[in-house]
Amino acid sequence: VGAGRHRRAGGGGRMAAHPENMEKSRPLWDNPLQFVFACISFAVGLGNVWRFPYLCQMYGGGGFLIPYFIMLIMEGMPLLYMELAVGQRMRKGSIGAWKTISPYLCGVGVASIIVSFFVAMYYNVINAWAFWYLFHSFQDPLPWATCPLNSNRTGYEEECEKTSSTQYFWYRQTLNISPSLEVSGAMQWEQVLCLVLAWLVVYLCILRGTASTGKAVYITASLPYCVLIIFLIRGLTLHGAVNGLIYMFTPKLEQLSNPKTWISAATQIFYSLGLGFGSLIAYASYNNPNNNCEQHAIIVSLINSATSIFASIVTFSIYGFKATFNYESCINKVILLLMNTFDLEEGSLTADNLSEMKEYLMAAHPQEYTQLLPQLKNCSLEAELDTAVQGTGLAFIVYSEAIKNMEVSQLYSVLYFAMLLMLGIGSMLGNTAAILTPLTDSKAITSRFPKEVISGFVCFTCCLIGLVFTMEAGNYWFDIFNDYAATLSLLLIVLVEIIAVCYIYGLRRFEKDLHTMIGRKLNWYWKVMWAFASPLLIISLFIFYLTDYILTGTLQYQAWDGTQGQLVTRDYPSHALAVIGLLVASSITCIPLGALLAFVRRRLKRERVSTTA
Amino acid sequence: YAWDANEEYLFKAMMAFAMRRYSSKSTTQISNVLLCNVTDRVSFWFVVTDSTKNTTTVPGSEIEAAIRMNRNRINSAFLLSDRTLQFLKISTTLSPPVEPSTPVWLIVFGVVLSLIVAGIVFLIVAGIQQRKKKNKESTERENLEEKSEVTIAMENGIPCETLDLKAGHINGVFAADDERFTSL
Repeated sequence: VGAGRHRRAGGGGRMAAHPENMEKSRPLWDNPLQFVFACISFAVGLGNVWRFPYLCQMYGGGGFLIPYFIMLIMEGMPLLYMELAVGQRMRKGSIGAWKTISPYLCGVGVASIIVSFFVAMYYNVINAWAFWYLFHSFQDPLPWATCPLNSNRTGYEEECEKTSSTQYFWYRQTLNISPSLEVSGAMQWEQVLCLVLAWLVVYLCILRGTASTGKAVYITASLPYCVLIIFLIRGLTLHGAVNGLIYMFTPKLEQLSNPKTWISAATQIFYSLGLGFGSLIAYASYNNPNNNCEQHAIIVSLINSATSIFASIVTFSIYGFKATFNYESCINKVILLLMNTFDLEEGSLTADNLSEMKEYLMAAHPQEYTQLLPQLKNCSLEAELDTAVQGTGLAFIVYSEAIKNMEVSQLYSVLYFAMLLMLGIGSMLGNTAAILTPLTDSKAITSRFPKEVISGFVCFTCCLIGLVFTMEAGNYWFDIFNDYAATLSLLLIVLVEIIAVCYIYGLRRFEKDLHTMIGRKLNWYWKVMWAFASPLLIISLFIFYLTDYILTGTLQYQAWDGTQGQLVTRDYPSHALAVIGLLVASSITCIPLGALLAFVRRRLKRERVSTTA
Repeated sequence: YAWDANEEYLFKAMMAFAMRRYSSKSTTQISNVLLCNVTDRVSFWFVVTDSTKNTTTVPGSEIEAAIRMNRNRINSAFLLSDRTLQFLKISTTLSPPVEPSTPVWLIVFGVVLSLIVAGIVFLIVAGIQQRKKKNKESTERENLEEKSEVTIAMENGIPCETLDLKAGHINGVFAADDERFTSL
């Protein structure tokens, strides 16, 4: 319908081949494997390791896999295929691709770039932390294994006594966190160094565009799997790992009736694949036009989900080990306390007869026992396993606590943080590709500056702004960016994308384009998902999050209280709320603004044409 | 090992040894150390008497100091550690961890940083050299092309030779139709 006038968009016509005019051939991936590795490297990120196991634990263990796979089929694969197909067809970055589909959609591309820019700024801080832990893994014993001593060497540091040595190392020695967001504190020079190094590594990988990125993704995609396999073997042979695995995989099917389960599954699939950033479009634009992106979309989404499950097996065996270790230490402490108080013989109290002996002691010496009661903690394995953690807490606290109790802990520590680094850098490459590809597409910029200077400029700007996250309150700003920079915006961007492809560009037209590219007819499954299922899902997710935000009212965050040695909840101050609002608004408003700008420009052109004619 | 009278004897001997080393008097004998209230837990009280001053006990502070000085020897005699052999009221002084002069992490950081910077510099220099070579080549090619007008026509990024353009026609009716319709 009405396709005639808008048809030919990208390039065309005859051109004389003077070197200045000739369209420089677009850089390509050396082989399709590089493209697949790049997509896997971008999609498989830290979220697979630290978010999926948490969701699995919260929403029914093995039963969570059911909504997860349903969402994968309903929204994950179709949306991924759409983005790859758009990129491969239009052969441009996000701005150019959406402008080609419809001139009113240039705002979508700009919104993608802004979101990618925000994410690039804060995400590299995680790599800086991974570097910090990696460099500290070359010591014996590991620095987070023991508390440092206090000033007169009679005991351990007070803050470290109240919490554990791993938490102390994270909150005090790595972040040097301030008690609240208002207290900004000074920049930590050690973190600044690590952040600069992280950006230099990213610059090294994107320096030459696809040539260097293509080589780098071989490593960033494959190394995490090697380390995960090593950790799987190590994790399964740990004492107590089975407890964790049983706990995780026993399905609690009643959770399936909880709507939050389905929403979390949909959200996880959506963000895990990295849709809406423009990175997938950018990567696909460097493809050979005849590349079979349908097959690649299925492969990448399946590998991404399989990695999540694989990583959660490893995580839960480590959880089981840590929980069992803590449980046994707790029991041993209780035994020691009882033996010391009642002068019992060594070996008379064991873990097995503990409950009977406790009753006997309560009957025999009631006064002393009641005195002792507040100190006797009820050790429970379930309570230890129930402590569900996600995010940086899981990666840097729980895992390092488990690693310090293994033999040859330095080796496992180095491997683990190298894996985190590879996952993080892989995702960073995708983010920076999303920013750089539209920049290098634009002739105005590439004619003046070489590619290296543009990449260097982007890295330098992000690094400079990222210094905010190295301050004492930096982790609070990090949480703000992590929670709000990309969440709502991406949902809206992808919604606009899929509606644009299906209804503005036309599903039939897109089908024909795909047929020319791939040579196969489009399966009805893709058509149904693109036209109905995925947009409906995204709309419902969007409505849910909006209503959730409106209902909760004030936003709160977790602040570390050094005096108590634990996290406390505080309200965000007004300037933080303003930043949150700015983050969300700046990317979302690009879409209508872009449409408005295109409309105004057309109107002006038409007026000019009508006045001259 | 089981705690029996021999171990008690060893303990008395170690206490006497500690007192002798601390006060450098060779008057403390094993008989001066008295144990009482031995329990199954293996915990007991002990006092050290002073034979020169007629069965008065040595003040606790002196004993504490003596034990502190020789804690290591006492521990090793019983193959125990500070945690498994506890003297109540004597808090242990923890030994600080060994700290090298330069923190280890800075060394590793320096190594990694120099490798990355070397890689960046190498790639940039290689890129500049490549561009210079390409510029030289393209100026040569330009001179060549001015002599022979070779036009390579492109259509959507695919050279026209590979496409079959003869199959297309320009439909005059369609083109004319555009002007007949009024714009909205």
